[in-house]
Amino acid sequence: MLNTVYRLTQPRKIEIEFSEIDIFSSDVIVRPKYLSICHADQRYFQGNRDAKVLAQKLPMALIHEAVGEVVHAPDGSFKPGDTVVMIPNTPTEKDEIIAENYLRSSKFRASGFDGFMQEYVQLPSDRLVLLPDGIDPVVASFTEIVSVSVHAISRFDKIAHSRRNTIGIWGDGILSYMTSLFLKKLYPETKICIFGVVPKKLADFTFADETYLTTQIPDDLGVDHAFECVGGNGSQIAINQIIDYINPEGTISILGVSEYPVPINTRMVLEKGLHIFGSSRSGREDFCKTVEMYAQYPDIVEHLSRMVGHVRPVRSIKDITEAFDFDVQNTFGKTVMKWEK
Amino acid sequence: MTYAVIAAGGIGSRMGNMEKPKQYLKIKDKPIIVHTVEKFYINSKFRKVIILCPDQWVSYTKEILAKHLPENDKVIVLKGGSTRNETIMNSIRYIEETDGLDEDSIIVTHDAVRPFVSARIIDENIAAALKYGATDTVVPATDTIVESCNGTTISSIPDRSKLYQGQTPQAFKAKMLKDLYYSLTEEEKDILTDACKIFSMKGYDVHMIDGEVHNIKITYPYDLRVAKALLDEEFEEVK
Repeated sequence: MLNTVYRLTQPRKIEIEFSEIDIFSSDVIVRPKYLSICHADQRYFQGNRDAKVLAQKLPMALIHEAVGEVVHAPDGSFKPGDTVVMIPNTPTEKDEIIAENYLRSSKFRASGFDGFMQEYVQLPSDRLVLLPDGIDPVVASFTEIVSVSVHAISRFDKIAHSRRNTIGIWGDGILSYMTSLFLKKLYPETKICIFGVVPKKLADFTFADETYLTTQIPDDLGVDHAFECVGGNGSQIAINQIIDYINPEGTISILGVSEYPVPINTRMVLEKGLHIFGSSRSGREDFCKTVEMYAQYPDIVEHLSRMVGHVRPVRSIKDITEAFDFDVQNTFGKTVMKWEK
Repeated sequence: MTYAVIAAGGIGSRMGNMEKPKQYLKIKDKPIIVHTVEKFYINSKFRKVIILCPDQWVSYTKEILAKHLPENDKVIVLKGGSTRNETIMNSIRYIEETDGLDEDSIIVTHDAVRPFVSARIIDENIAAALKYGATDTVVPATDTIVESCNGTTISSIPDRSKLYQGQTPQAFKAKMLKDLYYSLTEEEKDILTDACKIFSMKGYDVHMIDGEVHNIKITYPYDLRVAKALLDEEFEEVK
């Protein structure tokens, strides 16, 4: 079947191209319904990537956060009409030790190959997670980024020592919001402290126990473990501040992406015997756990719904461009495209 | 219930010296009609996909669809009628005899030679037909259209901003279409160019659905070249 793919061919230019979908394949065919724009998509769209990288990756369909509706499932794994969350990470091998999102051979949609901005998406059934009835598909559209937080927390749970009286989360953006929301739900007895720079943003963390401006942290404050959700140019300051305030043998989970190498106070890392580990992306297990928690804790979905900045119906390429432009002008909140293209 | 009605009535006379009707020519290694039918086959809103073709091509059409589609009883091949509207009536007759017609039975009619139709266009036609009774897929006219009554001189130049080019699909409440068609006189039937006109002649609104420029109809050798270019295929000389 001929399938319309909306590919970015150069910064700010989306063009229609066609791919072929094999309806004899056992893979599932999904009609995308809600597509959430991520910073990574935005950087491709606005051309804020190295020219060499752009030349290598484009043309490519953007978007790696989406829900859709099953239209054809030859293997019986789903039925037409099922709402599903699509998983962008696509492993090409199995490994008993290394998780799918860390295998160097895995491909990732809207990074190594076409993302979800297509008329139909064909993918193996294990790249889909059924979304139970009653869960807002707009919120579920950005499950991918939520699952990155859930993944980091799962790793923390395996690595960190058992004293978890206080956990600090550095950052006052979406990633920090999601990570601290799930931490509070999973560790209700733990004191969750948020460290940020914008009072207005910190005020949104209503479920947290304490919020602090990074310039006004009490000297005697200590955290058992910490999550860094800052990234970019703020990584260095945030990581070094964590090293200053964390208790000995704590874990530091790094989630923020930085384009540049970050100098950190290794002397104090050694003296305190700290564990620093990174987390990136997520796999099927994390998506399943995230969706289970949506169903189990409806207030999580309610909190996440406040992350939705704007929902825009998209019926033309002009609508796509407008959605990206709207998104880039808004510092907080997700822009979700209601995909009618 | 909703049914797709794929009109494959072309006999290839406009395709130069082609041996086969244009819907059977291949793009991307598959006959054009297969690409078109696939779009309707995978859409679960359709109970059946009914293909209507000339008498002598019924077996051939069944064979190529059996070869290119998974085994199924969703796709039906029938003999077309003497005109497009008679062809559509054949499909309605089939629906009536098999499942029965009710007020909300919808048919979505489409040209077999428009394989680039999109899911959006199909879904919007279905939704609007249920709501309004009849739909037509259109794009704004880009060329200035001139009218000539004698074929030699221009009699009028209509305002382009009010003109659209018709594509397919079109969608209808099947029972209403049938009742209106059989209420026409033979003279009225003679001047019909398509099924939407039946509704507008009888004073009913036909709701417009936004088409796509790439939803092209493969009628001439040039169109085939355009279709192949859209699919990045190597140009082959059409002889």
